[in-house]
Amino acid sequence: MKETNSSVLESAILKKFSNLTLDHADDSDYMTQIRRQAFEAFKSGGLPRRTEEKWKNSKFDQVLENQMEFLTEKPEYNTEVSEIFHCSIHGFTTQVEAFLNGWYYTPNKNPLKVHDNGLIIGSIRAAQHQYPELFNLHFGKIAQHNQHGFSVVNMGLFQDGLFIYVPDGVFVEESIQLIKMVNAAKKLMINTRNLVILGKNSRLSLMHCDDSVNHQSSLINTVSEIFVGENATLDLYKLQNINDVTCLINSTSVWQSRNSRVKVNVITLNGGTIRNELNVDLQGEGAEADLNGIYLMDKKQQVDNQVFVNHAVPHCNSSELFKGILDEESTAIFNGYIHVNKDAQKTNAFQRNNNILMTPDAKVDTMPFLEIYADDVKCSHGATIGQLDNEAMFYLRQRGINEKDARLLLMYAFAAEVTDKIDITPLRVNIEDMVKKRLRGELSICEKCVLHCSTPDIPLEFEIDLSKI
Amino acid sequence: MLLDIKNLHVSINGKEILKAFNLTVNKGEVHAIMGPNGTGKSTLAAAITGREGYEITQGEIWFNGELINDMSPDERANKGIFLSFQYPVEIPGVSMTNFMRTALNAKREFNNQPPVSASDFLKKMEEMKNLVEIHSKLTNRSVNEGFSGGEKKKNEIFQMAMLEPTMAILDETDSGLDIDALKVVAKGVNALRADDNGFVVITHYQRLLDFIVPDFVHVMYDGSIVKSGGKELALELEANGYEWIKEAVAEK
Repeated sequence: MKETNSSVLESAILKKFSNLTLDHADDSDYMTQIRRQAFEAFKSGGLPRRTEEKWKNSKFDQVLENQMEFLTEKPEYNTEVSEIFHCSIHGFTTQVEAFLNGWYYTPNKNPLKVHDNGLIIGSIRAAQHQYPELFNLHFGKIAQHNQHGFSVVNMGLFQDGLFIYVPDGVFVEESIQLIKMVNAAKKLMINTRNLVILGKNSRLSLMHCDDSVNHQSSLINTVSEIFVGENATLDLYKLQNINDVTCLINSTSVWQSRNSRVKVNVITLNGGTIRNELNVDLQGEGAEADLNGIYLMDKKQQVDNQVFVNHAVPHCNSSELFKGILDEESTAIFNGYIHVNKDAQKTNAFQRNNNILMTPDAKVDTMPFLEIYADDVKCSHGATIGQLDNEAMFYLRQRGINEKDARLLLMYAFAAEVTDKIDITPLRVNIEDMVKKRLRGELSICEKCVLHCSTPDIPLEFEIDLSKI
Repeated sequence: MLLDIKNLHVSINGKEILKAFNLTVNKGEVHAIMGPNGTGKSTLAAAITGREGYEITQGEIWFNGELINDMSPDERANKGIFLSFQYPVEIPGVSMTNFMRTALNAKREFNNQPPVSASDFLKKMEEMKNLVEIHSKLTNRSVNEGFSGGEKKKNEIFQMAMLEPTMAILDETDSGLDIDALKVVAKGVNALRADDNGFVVITHYQRLLDFIVPDFVHVMYDGSIVKSGGKELALELEANGYEWIKEAVAEK
């Protein structure tokens, strides 16, 4: 990339990169080297354009000319998380780990907590120093196949992120809820990077919530790397409810060892431009990945789900079910790429993407892509784009249900196939309720956590007191 | 007069299917409409219930003294018109319970009544399930999804029993039913027959009319009724087929 051709955002990123040594003086040698490599890669590659196949219909090029700022210094946080943020679902408690504008929210001095069972949770910046062996073993390796301009920037410029280590045999009872809040007067580019390591026979349920609490347009660029050890179980929920002007890239890469089980639910309720990347690398025999997503968009919003499943070894199962309802002028992209290695015999890989367009102006690009080199496999894919079923509409209306309610019933039902797969009952009830509210146009996104909403008969406690931040 | 159809002309995509159709159904009456395939029997059901795409080019449909030509399907339903579908639609993800409660409450709201209580609703569900001998739990089942042909038809009569319409149209409810299921369906319909409601039973075969005995039998051909009579007309059709009707029409 020549400096003269670079966009406003690329110039800002280059400038930021030139300050690497100063901004990240506390980095380990390993990290410093990685950041420098990213700088070099960015200089030659820049940010992706629509001319690239995987960014063909993406609206992400709209951020290129935006003037964005970076928060280089971690602000002082003096208030406990529980005092500024409280999110409660009846019958379901989580251990909250909060990030504000990309920085780990720790009012106390200790950025890493070690629990009695050996579970470690905290800031990735601290983890690189305190657990260099764990860190260096996995960091940058799980997501290495998914390289594009934004991930390169993330690698080089990430501010902070969440580090989780679940030791062998440990079942983490309480779900960990990662909350990323954005609230700033300026337009920010926020780069965060998470590293999650599950040891053998361990279990973790993680909720990754992206929220915005103001109406400023920001660019959130998140990369998560997750290593799932032998016979370990991961439940991952990605919940997105951000304002209409924010651009979010949420890229998650998962490495699965032998007999591991991973279930992912991506729930996108609102957001300006969202790109969800989900890369699952099945590297151990007997591994299973169950990947589900629901997206409900309207106005001029865009959601882009890029799902890549790599069957590297035999006897693995993967299934993908992504469904979306697109209203007004919203657009969706689904790119489902399944790769089956020539040694990966007895692979089962299924993929389905169903879309409902509510208006003639809504648009979906769905691109299944199967690349199969083994000969003894079961693979299937299907994609549909349609309207609500007229036969079903008439059936419901013939029973006295008015047009509006009949449409809602059919839309809930369409979404339910995905939300039914959420195993944690109170969470499922809540998300179903949010989906209903979203479809009725009653879901508020500002100043509320994605999990805020609740049925009226369940007491709700939630608020963010911004004056305390 | 419950239902009064006058000189009804109905077109689909510009093609006229119903031609000068006339029918009057009074309270307490059961009318059977018979006739060969493609004569407009299902179009009649669609026109009465207000299905989209069925254009009334001429004529009037009166229900309980009101002209309903331009009413929405849901408004007609809430006023008491019910259609037992020839091909009940499967609606994955919509549970029978949720569906029935929504429908029942829509009707109650229409009639300025408060929503049905959960216990009354469940009691009624149980009662009507027993009436049509549905033994499986409906609570967690989606509407018609995975139902056998017989179950789907029983389910239609079950819904009819739940919603208590004043005018029920049964569109080939007997098709695809074995004799046992047919008896169950007929038992359900007979239990619901009353002095203040009426039925239009559309069928190809006389068989159903052994169990649901009609007051009147009409033969439809090429978009209108060409012959009417008592229940014995059905037997005549069963014995002689429709050819003699066609010939009679052709001679005219």
